[in-house]
Amino acid sequence: MILFDQVSKRYPQGHEALRRVSFHIERGDMVFLTGHSGAGKSTLLKLMMLMERPSQGQITVGGQNLNRIPSRQIPYFRRHVGVVFQNHQLLFDRSVFDNVALPLEIAGVAPREIGRRVRAALDKVGLLRKEKMTPIQLSGGEQQRVGIARAVVNKPPLLLADEPTGNLDPELSSDIMRLFEQFNQVGVTVMIASHDLALIANLRHRVLRLHEGAMYEGSMYEGQLGSKPPVTSLKQPTNRGRSE
Amino acid sequence: MKDYKGGRGVGRGASAPDEASAVREHGAQKSRQTNEVQSYLSHHRKVAQESIQRLRQSPLITLMTWAVIGIALSLPTGFTVILSNFDQLGANWESSAQVSLFLKHEISEADARALAQTLKRHPMVADVAVITREQALADLKKQSDLGDVLGYLDSNPLPHVVVLTPTPASANSRSMASLRQSLENLNEVDRVQLDMLWVERLFAMISVIERGAWTLSLLFGLAVLLVIGNTTRLAIENRREEIVVVKLVGGTNAFVRRPFLYTGLWYGLGGGLVAALLVTVTLFWLSGPIDVLAQSYESGFRLSGLTFGSTLLLLSVSMLLGWLGAWLAVRRHLDAIEPT
Ligand SMILES: Nc1ncnc2c1ncn2[C@@H]1O[C@H](COP(=O)(O)OP(=O)(O)OP(=O)(O)O)[C@@H](O)[C@H]1O
Ligand SMILES: [Mg+2]
Repeated sequence: MILFDQVSKRYPQGHEALRRVSFHIERGDMVFLTGHSGAGKSTLLKLMMLMERPSQGQITVGGQNLNRIPSRQIPYFRRHVGVVFQNHQLLFDRSVFDNVALPLEIAGVAPREIGRRVRAALDKVGLLRKEKMTPIQLSGGEQQRVGIARAVVNKPPLLLADEPTGNLDPELSSDIMRLFEQFNQVGVTVMIASHDLALIANLRHRVLRLHEGAMYEGSMYEGQLGSKPPVTSLKQPTNRGRSE
Repeated sequence: MKDYKGGRGVGRGASAPDEASAVREHGAQKSRQTNEVQSYLSHHRKVAQESIQRLRQSPLITLMTWAVIGIALSLPTGFTVILSNFDQLGANWESSAQVSLFLKHEISEADARALAQTLKRHPMVADVAVITREQALADLKKQSDLGDVLGYLDSNPLPHVVVLTPTPASANSRSMASLRQSLENLNEVDRVQLDMLWVERLFAMISVIERGAWTLSLLFGLAVLLVIGNTTRLAIENRREEIVVVKLVGGTNAFVRRPFLYTGLWYGLGGGLVAALLVTVTLFWLSGPIDVLAQSYESGFRLSGLTFGSTLLLLSVSMLLGWLGAWLAVRRHLDAIEPT
């Protein structure tokens, strides 16, 4: 589903945010991406949804080489990637319903169909009764769940999340994670960037670690940072998969 | 899960080996297409309504924008209406045109009258009169101080003159020019003179004014573009966050542009209506004194206002300008907003 081959990203004035990162995620996997602040987690996710272009290397998502997608095709590509943002990116002048409906409206789904699918997504995140409220009237956790509903309403094969539990208490955080696991169980490939190490350790999924832009592989409960050699080439197979 | 190569087609694989499912696939595709058209249209309707809603949410800005556009458009519109009134007046004045044929010296009075009879049957000629050289000389003596001098002449230097009045239908510059041409070719005729000089001067003046009006129209059209462009730019700034979100979840540039283009269209429409109103009110205000003036000249002239057709034209042009102004702003400012 996702293939990074020697990907580097250097921001115009900044230093190298990613250095020769290579990894492979199978279809239907659920993977955590972790690392200190500034390690390059968001950068990696941005590359995957074409918010940024790599300075070097190849990225393949869903069998499509991202380097070969011209700018005007980017919107169509994004419709197949559900994204939950670090700062949820909700529209505060619209109702919860309208926020979740946005991707469907953009994709040109018929209005009747939109109503059905939005309610299904809201039901899934347990917000069906709050569809008429605006995001301001919701708690942080509820806002995050609206963001998740919006990300999945289109039934994307790939779901990316950047710090989806950012400022939530532990209980809410594990609720949200369980939600992602549910989507994963119906076949959605899920990748979650998070620095909530305790939470990640509990969930026992595959973990990719970034440290100053370089990638290391390993689950948190297996050892400390750097205990494994950096994964820089695809030639070393990493078929760890899901750890259960 | 299918790979999603080529943009829109996730999971729409055409892996139908048997014909039946191929047909099914085809039917499904067809209904999907009509669905797409329907939802496209309903989306347009929704965006159009939402953009009106937005204009109503900030009535002061909306009204001010309409007023600015309306005032800018009313000047060229007013000019155009006044010019078309001039045209109507001009047509009246042209009918007072006359053509004088100065005959050659050797032509006798009898021949002159015969020629006049022939010309009277010409389709472009309404009336013919002959001024004999004796008559002309007498008139000249009466009218000028040259009387004494002329008395010393031993022969009359003046030719016979045939004066034509053209039919109203042919009393315009183009027909007159062709009439003149055919008259000049006559054997008896020495020289043709169109007594239209003052009319022609008037028309020359009108065409100067016409050009001025065109220049004004262009300048004010440009001003409208700038006003709408600037308003749109501010609207884009206000909705920057929304634009980013829409782009993040797969909105195309066309999708993001659409509400702004509709807003431009409504600004144009409102401005056009204001302009029509301003021009109509102004003309109404002018019509009183103009009637008095026309009566004093015993003229049946009445100031004509905006016709239905020209109002429609005004509104189309203003809507086009609104759309174009928004489009220019959107092109410049909106496509540059990318999520980071
Ligand atoms: N738009 C940008 N321009 C320049 N440098 C950037 C930009 N975005 C990120 N960086 C730099 O790239 C590095 C990686 O940033 P990134 O946002 O990917 O980190 P992160 O792992 O998501 O951190 P956090 O956990 O704090 O969100 C940082 O050093 C950051 O300063
Ligand atoms: Mg980040």
